[in-house]
This record gives sequence, C-alpha cells and structure tokens, in this order.
Amino acid sequence: MGNNPPDRLEYYASLKRNIFIAVVIVSMIPLIVFGSITRYEFHTSYAEKVRAHLSIMVKKHAQNIDTFLKERQANIVSLASSYPYEQLADNAFLAQQLTRFQKTYGPVITDLGIINEKGEQISYAGPFQLKDANYAESEWLKQAMASDVYTSDVFMGLRRLPHFIVAVRSLKNGTPWLLRATIDFMAFNELVQNIHIGKTGFAFIINKKIEMQTDSTRSVEKNLFRDAELFHPDKTGTDIMNEPLFQTRTSDSGKEIIYVARLLKNGEWALVFQQDHLDAYSELYRAREVSLLTLVLGGIAIVLMAAWVSRHTTIKIAKADQEKEIMNRQVIQSGHLASIGMLAAGIAHEINNPVAIMVEEAGWIEDLLEDEDFKESENLNEFKRALGQIRKQGIRCRNITHKMLNFSRHSDHRVQLFNLNELIREITNLSSQHAKYSNVTIELNLTEPLSSIKASQTEMEQVIFNLLNNAIDAIDKKEGGKVRIHTWQDDSMIHFEVQDTGSGISEANLKRIFDPFFSTKPTGQGTGLGLSICYGIVQKMNGQIVVESTLEKGSRFEISLPAAESPEETETKTTKTTGSMTS
Amino acid sequence: MMPKEFTPIIRLLLVDDEVEFTSIMVKRLGRRNIVATTANNGDQALLLLDKNTYDVAVLDLKMEGMDGLEVLKMFKLKAPDLPVIMLTGHGSQLAAEEGFAHGAFDYLSKPYDIEGLTQIIRKAVFGGREQHE
Repeated sequence: MGNNPPDRLEYYASLKRNIFIAVVIVSMIPLIVFGSITRYEFHTSYAEKVRAHLSIMVKKHAQNIDTFLKERQANIVSLASSYPYEQLADNAFLAQQLTRFQKTYGPVITDLGIINEKGEQISYAGPFQLKDANYAESEWLKQAMASDVYTSDVFMGLRRLPHFIVAVRSLKNGTPWLLRATIDFMAFNELVQNIHIGKTGFAFIINKKIEMQTDSTRSVEKNLFRDAELFHPDKTGTDIMNEPLFQTRTSDSGKEIIYVARLLKNGEWALVFQQDHLDAYSELYRAREVSLLTLVLGGIAIVLMAAWVSRHTTIKIAKADQEKEIMNRQVIQSGHLASIGMLAAGIAHEINNPVAIMVEEAGWIEDLLEDEDFKESENLNEFKRALGQIRKQGIRCRNITHKMLNFSRHSDHRVQLFNLNELIREITNLSSQHAKYSNVTIELNLTEPLSSIKASQTEMEQVIFNLLNNAIDAIDKKEGGKVRIHTWQDDSMIHFEVQDTGSGISEANLKRIFDPFFSTKPTGQGTGLGLSICYGIVQKMNGQIVVESTLEKGSRFEISLPAAESPEETETKTTKTTGSMTS
Repeated sequence: MMPKEFTPIIRLLLVDDEVEFTSIMVKRLGRRNIVATTANNGDQALLLLDKNTYDVAVLDLKMEGMDGLEVLKMFKLKAPDLPVIMLTGHGSQLAAEEGFAHGAFDYLSKPYDIEGLTQIIRKAVFGGREQHE
C-alpha cells in the first residue's frame, strides 16, 4: 500500500481529533450532568438530614435540661412549702432532707441552706463549711429575693468552685427568707458532656453574657456568639425557644463551624452544639470525594476509549480510502487501457490496408522479376533482397497491429477446457525456429497428468508465446542459453514457470514490466504490450503472475491458474489457423 | 509457386473498396491463372454477380456503404454454391466467425501472402488437399 500524501495525513489527523473530541463530549456530558445532579441531590438531602438530626438532638437535650432544672426547682419549691421555717432552720432536719433528696435523685443537689432576708445563712446541710456564711453582698441574693423561684448562672461563690443555685423565696410574717439548693455542677455537666457527635461535635451551655455555664474540654469558639442573635430571637425571626437555630460560621482560624442552639431556662441560657463543618458533613465530603474519583476515573476511561476509538476508526477509514484509491486507479487504468485499445484497434484497421497494398506492390515486382528479361540483371539479388525486406517489414506491421488488436481484446474470448501441457508443446514447436536462431535450448519439464484449465485458449496461447519469446530474446545470441518451462500442480492450482538464463531485469524495470508500452527491447523490436496483455489475461483467469529476476543471471515468470474441476473433460479445440504466412 | 501451365483458369470476383489494392491484386492473381474481376462496393459486386458466373469470390469485410457481411448474405442468396473467402483488415476471429456462420469458406487477414491466398482459392474451387504453410 502506498504512503498517504501529507495533506491526507493532515486530514486523518484532524479526523482523528474530531472523532476523539466528539466521543469525549458525547460521553462526558451525560457523565458530568448525571454526576452533578446526583451530587447536588445527595448534598441537599444529606445536608438536610444532618441539619434535622442535629436540630432534633439539640431540641431533645435542651428539653431534658429544662426538665432537669424545672424538677430541681419543683423539689426545692415543694420542700420550702412542705415545712415551716423553724423546722428548716434546724441543721439536723435540713441534713435529713438533703439525704432524702440524694437518695431519691442521686447526688444532684450538693447542699441546702436557709438564708434570712439579711443574707445570713441560718442553717446549712452539705459538705462545705458554710454554716455562718453571709451572702449579703452576693449578686444572686438580690435577684433571688426579687423572685419566687430563682436559678442562678454558674459562679464561683464562697466555695471557689463553679456551681449554680436554685433558690425559693418564702415569707415568714412578711419577712422573706430563702431556701437555697446548690446543684451539683458535675451532675449538671454530664447532661451536656454526654453529647458527642463525630470527632468535633460537643455541646455546652452559655448565658446571655456568653459565659460558659458548663465545663468543656474542647475549645469553644465563643467569639462566634459575640454578635449572636441567639438571645435576640426577634432578630432571626425564629422561635429559638422551640426550634433550634442552625448556623454556619467561619471561625477566626478560618475553620467553618456549625452551631445549633436552643434557648433554655426561659431564654436566659442556651444549649449550644458546636461541630466542625468538615466533621459534621464528613460523609458528605467522603461521598463527594468518591464521586469525584469516579468522575475522574470515568473521564480517564472515556479519554482512553476515545483515543482508542478515534485511532482505530481513522486507521480503518484510511485503509478503506487507500483500497478505494487503489480501486479507482485500477478503474482509471483499465479505462486508459480500454481507450488505448480502441485507439489501437482503429490504427490497426487503417494501417493494414495500406500495408497490404505495399506488400502486394512489392510482391508484384517480385512476380515481374521472375520474368526472363530481368534474369540477367546485375542487381537481381539486391532487388530480391529489398523486396523480401519490404514483405518482411509488412509482416512485422501486421504482427504489431494484431498485437494491438489483441490488446483491445478483440481476440477469442470463448472459455473452454484445455490441457496446458499440450498447448505448451504446440507453442514450443512453433518457437523452435526462433529458439534455434537465437542459440537457445528449450527444456520442457511438464508434469503429467495435469488438470485442465478453463480459459480462453487463444489468450493462454498469447501468454505462453509472450513469455517464451521474451525468455528467448533475453538470451544473448552469441553466448546462448537455456529456457526451462516447468508445469506442476498443487491442490487446485496449476503452475507454469518459464525460466531463462538471460540478461535479467533491473529492479527499476521490474516494477514497470507489466505497464503497457514499456519495452526494454531496441526500438522497433518490441511493442511493450506483451507482458501487459499477459498480466491482463492472467488476472482475468483469476490467476497470479510472479516475476523474479537477477541481473545477468536470468528471470523467472511463474503463473498460477486455478485448475478446472473436471480434468478429464479436456475438449480439444480445432482452431482455423488459416492465414499463416510463409516466412 | 504453382507451375502456371498446369493450372486451369479460375474466375474470381474480388470485392474491396481500396482501388489500389484491387488493381494490384488483379495483376498478381492474373500471373497465377486467376482472372479477377473487381468491384469496389457491394452494389457493384451484386450487379456483376447477376451478369456473370464466378468460381470464387474474395470479399473485404470492411467496406464503405454495404458492409462485407451484408454482401456475403446477398451472395449466399443469389449464388449459394459460390465459395466466398473473407478478407479482414484486422485479426479479429469474432468477425471471421460471423463470416463462417453466414457460409464463408475461409478468412484471411490483411496483409497476407499471395501464395497463401492462391492456395485457399484453389482449395475453394477444387476442394484440393493442398496444405497451407
């Protein structure tokens, strides 16, 4: 197969590129669209899920804590209302009550105390030495005296430990007194410290001043709440008492943090759940990574596939184009040959008549030379030689025109069965004179029996004749040489080989020997049609013609033809071979 | 070459549109005891055939006007026993075979050898067993 010219290569390169791009686009678009939709849907629903989950969790815990606080308040309220001041002012009784509480609810209440209107602790039950403590200066006392039931923020107080109190105000003869209970900070802490989600999710309670009401081992991004609308529900428009506030904020360190908060204790405190955004949405991010990986791998697969498909397709198209081009060339070639043939036929018709007249006129002079008057002529022999030459050249003209006519396929095309060996014998007989004159011995090595061939005998004759003549002509007359003709059969093919010890064919000429009008013989001796005709005939017979040649050693032509199915049915053809010429 | 004195005279009708060709052929055949009358087209040939009797006819296949094959068909109608030798300017066996199909005796392609032609003529007239070379 011939090489493609550069513009062809460019065309295939652009074709390959276009196929590649088309395949990539067609495959990538659904992948990306589908991937994006899935990602978006998943993201939305997962975010919604996380939000709902955290909100519910915070709401539930806030309710728990509220309940806890209310229960403690109820405990204290019931204690204050169940017993008179005098009884509660008795240390032993108070201690008894504390023990009862601790038995019932666990170590939730650390201590109990009765405080008069002056802030003096009248009685105390608990682990600290606070019997005669005076709370007159304490901020909480003022607030506790102002309301029936009071729950403080967490403070250090006299005991120098974080705690908060629940106080109930009662009246004795118009003078207020307080029953104060300290809530165990550890027990209260546990209510929020147990809230753990993921690696970074934890909860804490803050008051309106953004002071921690629970202990936290984790770092609380308090500054996130500086301008918090948390305690100003009007700002957000949400009912934080019922529905938790869900916000995402960026911390000073640049981390995205989500917090979920709900107010407690009538809006004085807030339970806040804080978690790193990355942690809260870790599964989402993982899913995102997986989908991205899938997308990338899919993309790579598509690109590889597109590369393969475009390459493969382009190669196939190039091959098909090449085959088409070869076929086109063959069509053009055969068209060429057909027009050459028609031209040749026309020339042959026109030439044969004048040549016939010339030959006849020469013949007439020969006839006249037979007469007595010329017998004495000095130049008689020279006349005869010249006339003989005219006749000989006339015959040559006829041979040429006949070859041209045969080339235009005006010969016998009837297909029949015949034996190749017989035909070879006939033709070698015909050529024996030519061979003898050229100092060539013809060796026949014909395998018997040989299956018949189904073809046009006239055409086959031409092939054999041409190859034999060429072989003889290739041999130098002075040195002489051999022409071997060999026939054999393998399976369904009959092979016919003509080998000579002649001059051989150069590599450059070997490529052109089947071209019409290509001849290496001296001008006037060859028409250059012989092998071209042979080639056409063999092709038509579904055969093959192979040439091997070495300069100065000789050439070998091998023709392989399909054997006819019925080898014995060889029909002997009798051709009218009139019109032969004396030479 | 056949010795002239022993060969009987043959009357031949030569039909060819090339006048130069027919005139030289008349001379050459005359030397071989063959008296040729020439016609340069089919009509002329048919007129001659009506008037005279011939032993053999030589007919060119390719002529202007009436084609050689048509002339052959007419000859075979008028004189079915007249042997007709076809001349062709080309070696096409197909054309020659069409001639055979219409009753031609033989065919020769131009240029031919005069001896070959005379042999065929004699064979056509006498049914002789001469072999051509």
